[in-house]
Amino acid sequence: MTVPAAAVPLLSVEDLSVEFQTRDGVVRALEDVAFTVARGETVGLVGESGSGKSVSALAILGILHPAARITSGRAVFGGLDLIAASETQREEYRGRELSMIFQNPRTALNPIRTVGRQIEDVLVRHANLGRARVRARALELLAQVQIADPARAWGAYPFELSGGMCQRVMIALAVACSPALLIADEPTTGLDVTTQAAILELIEDLARRSQMATVLITHDLALVGERCDRIVVMHAGHVVETAPTLELFRAPRHPYTARLIASTPRAGARLADLAPIPGGVPDLRGVLPPCRYRLRCERAAPACDEPPLPRQQIARGHLVACRFPS
Amino acid sequence: MSATPLLDVRSLSKRFPVRGTPRAVHAVDDVSFTIASGECVGLVGESGCGKSTIVRLVTRLLDPTGGRIFFAGEDVGSIPAARFAATAARAAIQMVFQDPADSLNPRFTAFDTIAEPLKRLARITARAELDTRVRAAADLVGLPAELLRRFPHQLSGGQQQRVGIARAIAVRPRLLVLDEPTSALDVSVQAVILHVLADLRQRLGMTYLFVSHDLNLVRLLSDRVLVMYLGRIVEAGPVDTVFDRPGHPYTRALISAIPALDPGARRPRVRLAGEPGSPIDPSPTVCRFFGRCPDGHDRCEREMPVLRTTGGDGHQAACHLLDSAIASSPTPSSQRPERESLPVPRGGTS
Repeated sequence: MTVPAAAVPLLSVEDLSVEFQTRDGVVRALEDVAFTVARGETVGLVGESGSGKSVSALAILGILHPAARITSGRAVFGGLDLIAASETQREEYRGRELSMIFQNPRTALNPIRTVGRQIEDVLVRHANLGRARVRARALELLAQVQIADPARAWGAYPFELSGGMCQRVMIALAVACSPALLIADEPTTGLDVTTQAAILELIEDLARRSQMATVLITHDLALVGERCDRIVVMHAGHVVETAPTLELFRAPRHPYTARLIASTPRAGARLADLAPIPGGVPDLRGVLPPCRYRLRCERAAPACDEPPLPRQQIARGHLVACRFPS
Repeated sequence: MSATPLLDVRSLSKRFPVRGTPRAVHAVDDVSFTIASGECVGLVGESGCGKSTIVRLVTRLLDPTGGRIFFAGEDVGSIPAARFAATAARAAIQMVFQDPADSLNPRFTAFDTIAEPLKRLARITARAELDTRVRAAADLVGLPAELLRRFPHQLSGGQQQRVGIARAIAVRPRLLVLDEPTSALDVSVQAVILHVLADLRQRLGMTYLFVSHDLNLVRLLSDRVLVMYLGRIVEAGPVDTVFDRPGHPYTRALISAIPALDPGARRPRVRLAGEPGSPIDPSPTVCRFFGRCPDGHDRCEREMPVLRTTGGDGHQAACHLLDSAIASSPTPSSQRPERESLPVPRGGTS
């Protein structure tokens, strides 16, 4: 599934920085975040909570909280810089070319509108289908996300459906207009393992059929390892490492990635094999060292305090933001 | 294990009436199991399978519809839940909840939270003794004493869960019920909490009932595992046996659905059709898994399978298919092709 590196990426995020204005000062949530997504590719965005995974996604879609401010960067999607674009231009893309699904499907859906109507709303808004055609298309979409009885689900309210079913409805909404890119933010957190596997297989299947690129945001490294072509590891608002999946697991170069892998339970592992990551994600207010992993890092040296944070390409498609990559 | 088990649950059932109808939800249906003193037993299954109802029955927050619960030989199942808090057994059975942020009182400091069961259950009133006991509990879970004055919102997720555990162990319970204790936490913090729990068990000799939908975690911490499906236990046995030679098709599906940290090696997935059946008045003569089971046949529709012993190590499973082929049943691990094992970086100082 790998796409030639020479091809122009579908999405190219460059130097993206985001700040949040809070009562306790400015939180520098993202700093110079950069990654690309090729057409049809599945990219995993991983890191602990507070690492900036979701903020990156929201910034790309232009749906950040009002307290947030994008201080630099571009997110070029299909030739258009979504950051510099007007809200009207972005609206043309959102829902049609670029879709997102969220962690808690039950709260993301409108509780007082049947799921069928909600799918139709998207179709009327974005697909230029007449009211007469949308009904048939909505039922088609419900069948496409493998809901057993589409007609019954069409008339159901979100509270009448299980969490797994609601997530299927969310996916139906997201893929209604065959987007080129789907951003899935923790799509299976809170769902059972069997449901999780089914939902991820569904996304994978839809992606394969329509050459849709997927960004899978999760804190579960095992999950992205199984599903993604490439992995982007984030820590405290920085991208610390980017590499093809197998290479990342076989030879992680950033100390944080190595720690993250060692803290994830593997099948058949013993508790003693499970090594926690020392410290926590640093406070992103005030003055931060160039490398935000410095205080948790076993390789830290005085040189790490000298700006700028080096971002080096170690192998083809393998980037690491560390002065002492292993 | 000839000694009296610490917890002995016999034919336990719980039905909830469906409002406005004579029908009932069979949340827990004829469940029996024991937990020996010092043992850690894992309880796994999908949401809605009855895990939480079992937890609430065992911790005596809910009255059973049928069956009995013996704790250290004493029949605690017959004590009404409303009166249980006044018994000595209340302090002996404690619980750690899933979401530490939700289960801590936002207006209590960490100290107040840990002190509460000591005041109410251990009847400690002297300030000095309370102080000593709270500090001892905090110390056991690795919570720095200077954090005791903080409120939940001033603590990280991992610290909050340490407070939750310290509260539960402050009164030195014999049985600790852990309800998804790490599912709200990051993997890096999860590893810390698991180590804390393993360490406590060793130091205090506590007995655990560990409820989780994450089988990898259950395997890390438990000696034995119980697999539940729609109110019934469908498989039970030592963790390694259940993982390596699962007897029930549902267990096989669960195990094959766990994302494994070995990318590149796609394992054959046991796919389940649809969603679990309705727990409202299920037929007593049909296997609960029928309809979703990849291997179901006509006998499964005529007769409910019961748990039967399949191995000398206490391995049990409730499936008709075991009649024909216990030993030859393919397991996900034996189906897996030999794959190169990835090196686990240990801190990455290489």
